[in-house]
Amino acid sequence: MASTADPAMAEPRAMIVVDNVHVRYSVHAAGRRASAGNRRIGDRVVGSVRQVHALKGVSFVVAEGESVGVVGHNGSGKSTLLRAISGLLPVSEGRIWADDRPVLLGVNAALLPELSGAKNVKLGLLALGVDSATAEAQIPVLAEWAGLNDFIDHPMRTYSSGMAARLKFAIGSARRHSILLIDEALATGDRAFRAKSAERVRELHDAAGAVMIVSHSMRSLRDMCTRVIWIDGGNLRMDGEPGEVIEAYQSEGGTSRPRR
Amino acid sequence: MTDLAAVAERAGLTLVGTRPRFSHYLSDAAHRIPFAATLAWYRVQASLQRNRLGLLWIVLRPMLMSLVYGVVFGFILSSAARPQNFVPFLLIGVFTIDFFTNSLSSGSRAITSNVRLVQSLGFPRVLLPFASTMEQAIRMVPTTVLLYVLLLISGEPPRWSWLLYVPILLLLWLFNLGVAMIAARVSVHARDLQQVIPIINRIVFYASGVFLSIDGLLQGAPWPFRIVQLLPTYDFLEIARDVLMMGHAAPTVAWIAAPIWAVIAFAFGLIYFWQAETRYGIDS
Repeated sequence: MASTADPAMAEPRAMIVVDNVHVRYSVHAAGRRASAGNRRIGDRVVGSVRQVHALKGVSFVVAEGESVGVVGHNGSGKSTLLRAISGLLPVSEGRIWADDRPVLLGVNAALLPELSGAKNVKLGLLALGVDSATAEAQIPVLAEWAGLNDFIDHPMRTYSSGMAARLKFAIGSARRHSILLIDEALATGDRAFRAKSAERVRELHDAAGAVMIVSHSMRSLRDMCTRVIWIDGGNLRMDGEPGEVIEAYQSEGGTSRPRR
Repeated sequence: MTDLAAVAERAGLTLVGTRPRFSHYLSDAAHRIPFAATLAWYRVQASLQRNRLGLLWIVLRPMLMSLVYGVVFGFILSSAARPQNFVPFLLIGVFTIDFFTNSLSSGSRAITSNVRLVQSLGFPRVLLPFASTMEQAIRMVPTTVLLYVLLLISGEPPRWSWLLYVPILLLLWLFNLGVAMIAARVSVHARDLQQVIPIINRIVFYASGVFLSIDGLLQGAPWPFRIVQLLPTYDFLEIARDVLMMGHAAPTVAWIAAPIWAVIAFAFGLIYFWQAETRYGIDS
């Protein structure tokens, strides 16, 4: 990593501002998350419901051109953080600002499983506001990039999880000047794909986008990130140079989970 | 912690989880109409590929429905309720009401069955109910051609006023879109709505006079008749028959009420849907 200037203060423009964010939700004994949306009439709200305090006052700023890795043990609140930034999970306290509607790439596979990869590419790009002709022209480019070859014309439900993840990553990162949140979506790729996606992430922050990556693969975080934050038990434990943070995290047993 | 707010303001960032201004929302949605149109078209294609008879089903289904209703109600109906020119009356009723009932049921699933798409990509969610009614509108093209053919076969003389059926369908589309937006939001709050929709569709089917003459049936009861006359689907069926059938005049109130209903449903549906914009996709 070309060591960029000290990440202490943001001279470039801020892209994501997370201000003292708390996320609390309650979980039914059965494991369903309790919300107004799925509460059933007659459900006892007390008793079988457990409160989860997933994020306990997290604050940080991500500037233009940064790619920030997020490390932490399972259940520490990493994914919750990305979901909150993407707006898919309401915050209980605090506020989050972002430059653009962030695109969250998770592990769940296809967008529209019954349609072919090519059609998914076109729809995805149109949904992101790309015009029709450009979207059409991008299909072979992205197919090639994701290494799909002939599979691009097969329905996306027939894809392996790796193929689907690669294609989704290609779609999500196709538009310049955007915020990309990647939640373990790269874990399914092989070495060649990891190298390519690292390059893509670099291109994105050269184009003044911002990237946040949740991963258990310390190697890919070291490859791709200009900064790493460590979330521990819902708190921001450490924020700084990738080398330093990863070392501190690993010395506390962060390696217990093997690299995928 | 207010210095972070200042940083955000200096960079001109927007607060996550707040809905966009209505005017921005509309122009953003208008820009991405190609997305909704393409989605609708792909959906039609995919559904045709799944069935062996493909395109034929789009026209076979309403035809078979008409046949069943025709046979059953042709026997059962009393002479008062039995409309003049039963066959064209029934065909127009079944073909037209299908557009509404299909839009309602697919609209109610517009968000809930596309959660992955909503969670992965940021776009104005109103495009999803828009796409689902557009899908139904595309399906109406072959159906409408078939309806003209069947009307000719059943002995209706072709007239220039037949062409007015197309703008009537466009107006009905606007109405359907409004209803679909409302249903899409309601079923996000309470998915139970989807269980009730087939029942609503049945009620609409019987109350709007698809196969029986409401005017004849309710001749002696002016009050219920006046209420039924304000039913939007009744109004649309009546004006459709007015332009397609010889000697069938729709009540004036239907001609006035149908466009008013379409505009009200669309405007209310759009605002109602937009108000919950940030809720769509939040996992439950």
